[in-house]
Amino acid sequence: MDSKTRKVLVDPLHINNPVTLQVLGICSALAVTTKLETSIVMSGALTFVLMGSNIVISALRNKIPGSVRIIVQLAVIASLVIVADQILKAFLYDVSKQLSVFVGLIITNCIVMGRAEAFAMANPVGKSALDGLGNSAGYSIILIIVGFFRELLGSGKILGYTVMETTNNGGWYYGNGLLVLSPGAFFLIGLIIWVQRWISPSIQEEE
Amino acid sequence: MDFSNKYIVSFALAVCLGCSLVVSAFAVGLKERQEVNKKLDLQTNILVVAGLVEAGAKPTVEEVDRMFQDIETSLYDRASGALVGPAPEGYDVNALMADAKTSGKGTSTEELGVKDLARVGNLPNELLVFQVKTAGKECWVLPIWGNGLWSTLKGFLCLERDLQKIRGITFYEHGETPGLGGEVDNPNWKALWGGKAIYDEAGELRLEVTKFGKVADDRYQVDGISGATITSVAVGFFIQTWMSEAGYGPFLSANGRA
Repeated sequence: MDSKTRKVLVDPLHINNPVTLQVLGICSALAVTTKLETSIVMSGALTFVLMGSNIVISALRNKIPGSVRIIVQLAVIASLVIVADQILKAFLYDVSKQLSVFVGLIITNCIVMGRAEAFAMANPVGKSALDGLGNSAGYSIILIIVGFFRELLGSGKILGYTVMETTNNGGWYYGNGLLVLSPGAFFLIGLIIWVQRWISPSIQEEE
Repeated sequence: MDFSNKYIVSFALAVCLGCSLVVSAFAVGLKERQEVNKKLDLQTNILVVAGLVEAGAKPTVEEVDRMFQDIETSLYDRASGALVGPAPEGYDVNALMADAKTSGKGTSTEELGVKDLARVGNLPNELLVFQVKTAGKECWVLPIWGNGLWSTLKGFLCLERDLQKIRGITFYEHGETPGLGGEVDNPNWKALWGGKAIYDEAGELRLEVTKFGKVADDRYQVDGISGATITSVAVGFFIQTWMSEAGYGPFLSANGRA
């Protein structure tokens, strides 16, 4: 793998992370991360949609007329999202009930359209697929970290298994109510951004 | 690149056609599976609330079907207060809910003068009632729904065979905050409902959910959830509506309530 391809795949994980650097896809990162399980399933759904849309858009890139390109991208993305939602409803019914509207809202996730418009429209299929994979991995990492801490500190569980017995169930751990609510995810994402900038000062903006 | 108008229009049409084909293929192809899931989920909830299945267990379709042989599903006519025969094939609790608009004149909560604190609003004319006849576990399961803090909670209430006391409660769908209002799913809280009487000796509707730690009479009052007062008290409110004359009240009177 040459260094350029590597960059496409690895950059979105850390130094160009779609959530913490470009601050895209925040809505779902706040909404579905109360539990690790929903975070993982949401990450899977986004990976499917993002890779799919990048591949389709990239394959059509020379055929799409510039004047209608955004709506064509949206049509492709929306179709993929509905397909993902239908598949979840058929095979992971419990989780899809918890994710409710948020799978549908992947349509409005800026990461998907952003990558279609910024990358897939100008690059070949293979590279676009890698870009989709890299970006969804970057999104997934953040979601999974946030989901892990929110579930652990908010409800004392990991993937539904009790780690710290909460006082509600007669245990000793007093669940952190803030982390259960969406603002808690804001604090966690803020902390992740801080850690990232501390590790790689190069991504800090110049004064 | 320059494209002619004709090309643009045909391209747009082709994209729409392609997308709709893919979407419909998936929607139609997976529909059967989704319906099975949906029905299984509802039926499992009925079995859980009736105590036939452990909470959290995932029985298969065959197991559920077998257990449902002992459960009689009847249609309850709200206006007459009587069970009017078996439920139609392919009944759907959620469809009933959408049917609320068909609520006939004279039976809405407003017209009956029933306090409707949780704004359940109009109820459908016909409701489902599940009579569990499994030996040793006889009980009645009634669908209920109402507004919590953010969302409509949909669930089932299980009453003992004599229709005097509650055996259990469960929600199969709600959008309350996990960890706060979502604690209505907490087995410890649901366990508080067991054995509560709905009416006192004089026939007054007494069942209610109090604020956390404010239970004065534990025959009728269920303790609320700390941090989720609005959700838990609202559950009490809409159950009161369901147990009133506008809900299952006439059925309870006709079938054993003193």
